[in-house]
Amino acid sequence: MNTLPQQLANGLLLGSMYGLIAIGYTMVYGIVQLINFAHGEIFMTGAFGAFTVYFYILPDGVSMAVAVPLMLVGGGIVAILIAVGAERFAYRPLRGAPRLAPLITAIGLSLALQEVVRNFYPGADRAVAFPGLDATHEIGSVTIKDADIFLIVAAIICMSALAFFVRKSRTGRAMQATAQDPDTAQLMGIDTNRIIVIAFAIGGFFAAVAAVAYGLKYGNIDYRMGFLMGLKAFTAAVLGGIGNIYGAMLGGLVLGVAETLASAYIDGIPGMDKLGGQSWANVWAFALLIIVLLVRPQGLLGERVADRA
Amino acid sequence: MTALLEVEDLRVSYGKIEAVKGISFSVEAGQVVTLIGTNGAGKTTTLRTLSGLLKPTSGKILFDGKPLSGVPAHKIVSFGLAHSPEGRHIFPRLTIFENLQLGAFLRKDKEGIEKDIQRAYELFPILGERRNQAAGTLSGGEQQMLAMGRALMSQPKLLMLDEPSMGLSPIMMQKIMATIVELKSQGTTILLVEQNAQAALSLADQGHVMEVGNIVLSGTGQDLLHDESVRKAYLGED
Repeated sequence: MNTLPQQLANGLLLGSMYGLIAIGYTMVYGIVQLINFAHGEIFMTGAFGAFTVYFYILPDGVSMAVAVPLMLVGGGIVAILIAVGAERFAYRPLRGAPRLAPLITAIGLSLALQEVVRNFYPGADRAVAFPGLDATHEIGSVTIKDADIFLIVAAIICMSALAFFVRKSRTGRAMQATAQDPDTAQLMGIDTNRIIVIAFAIGGFFAAVAAVAYGLKYGNIDYRMGFLMGLKAFTAAVLGGIGNIYGAMLGGLVLGVAETLASAYIDGIPGMDKLGGQSWANVWAFALLIIVLLVRPQGLLGERVADRA
Repeated sequence: MTALLEVEDLRVSYGKIEAVKGISFSVEAGQVVTLIGTNGAGKTTTLRTLSGLLKPTSGKILFDGKPLSGVPAHKIVSFGLAHSPEGRHIFPRLTIFENLQLGAFLRKDKEGIEKDIQRAYELFPILGERRNQAAGTLSGGEQQMLAMGRALMSQPKLLMLDEPSMGLSPIMMQKIMATIVELKSQGTTILLVEQNAQAALSLADQGHVMEVGNIVLSGTGQDLLHDESVRKAYLGED
C-alpha cells in the first residue's frame, strides 16, 4: 500500500507530530532566545507520564476512550512540571549569562533526564510497550489507524487554540510584546517572567500531546525517543522560521512530507537506487534543512532579525 | 508641599562603572523638568532606574510618597509612572491600535481605555488613520508619537520622555515639542530627557545639567537658557 496519497498522509501525520513538538522550541526561542535542547526529553517524560497513568493508575481493561484523555492529563502534568521546573531552576538563573551557558545547561539537562528515566523508571532501560490504537480505516486508497485520527485531531485543536490564544487573549498579546521587546513589555506592566513560564508550559503540554500520539501510533516508548524526535522538531522549527508559531506548524508538515516522500521515491531516480528507504529518511530531512538555510536563512516564515537598537 | 518625585543621592552602576554618581532632584506635580547633557552623562540610566529596569546601588526614590526601590519594573507603571524609552521601542509587529492597548495593559476600565485611545488619535491624527497598520511601518517621528501615546495610555501621574526628538527631521521635532507643550498645558507632569537643550529648556520649568553622572547645574529653564556656561557647552555658542 505505498501509493502516493498514502505516502502523503504518512508524511502529514509525521509532520503534525513534529509540528506539535516544534511549538515548544519556537515559543521559548521567540521569547528568551534560548534553544531548549532538553525539549525532546520533555516530550519523552510526557510519554512516560501518560504511560504511568495507563499502567499504574487506571484499572486493567479500561476503555481507551476513557484512558486517552486521562493519559493526556497525566503526561501533560509531568511535561509541564519538568518544562517549568527547568526554566525556573536551570535557565532563569542564567538569564544574564553568555548564550553558551544556557545552551550547555540544556544539553546537560537533556542527558540527565534520559538517565533519570533509564535508571529509575521501572523497566525503562529497554522499550516499554505502550497501549496502541491500531484499528484501521480505509479512506479511498489511504489506510489510517485510530492513533492517526487522534494525532490529526489533537494537532488541529492544539494549533487553532494556540493561534487564537496568542492573537486574541490579553496574555497572548503580552506574549507577543515580550517576544518583540522584553524591556519595553515590562514598562507596560507585563510580568515577563510569568510570560516565560507560560511559554514553557504550553511547549511542555504540546510535547506531551505529541508523546501520547507517538505511543498510541508506534506502540512503544523508550528513554531515548526524545533525542531524534526533538532534533527533527527543532529542525522543523528552524525550517519554518524559529520564533514563529505558524512556521513551526508549517516546518513540521514540510519536513514530515519531504522525508516520507524522499524515503519512498528517491530510489526510483536513476543512480540513487541505494539511497531510498527508511534508513535514509533522516539524511533527507537534514539535507532539506541545509538547503533551506542556504537559500533562506530566516526559514520559510521567519522575518529577518531586525537590529535591536 | 512634597514633590511628586523625589530622587535623593541616587547611584547606579554597570558592573564596576558607576554611571550615575549620587544625584538628587525632584519633580513637582504639574511641572516639566528636563535633564540635559551630552551622551553618556547618565540621563537615560537615570530614567531606566526610575522605571525599575535598572537597580540602583544606593539612594532613595520616592514617588507620590512611596519608595520605589526594590519594586520590579512591571509593577512601577501601576504607581503612575510611565516611561517612553529612548529609541521609541514600539512593538514593531503589532498594530498601532494594539500598541496603544498594551499601554493600558494594567487598566481594567474598558470604556476608559477606548476613550483614551480616541484621545491619542486626536492628539496624533496620523495614528488614527493608520490604526490597523503594523507599528514597524511608521516613520521615526510617527513611531515617537506612538511611543508617547502609548505611555499616556496608563494615565500616568508622571510621564518620562527619553530623547523624544532623537533622529527626527526639524519639522517632526517641532511637532513633538509642540505636543509636549500641549500636554504641559493640560497639566501633565513630565520628566524630559533631551539632547536638544534649546528646545527642552525653553519649555521646562526646571532644568538640570548632567555631566558624567553628576548634576553640575540646576535652575529654571529660562535661567539655564541664559546661563553662559550652558550656552557655550550645549547651545553651540562661543
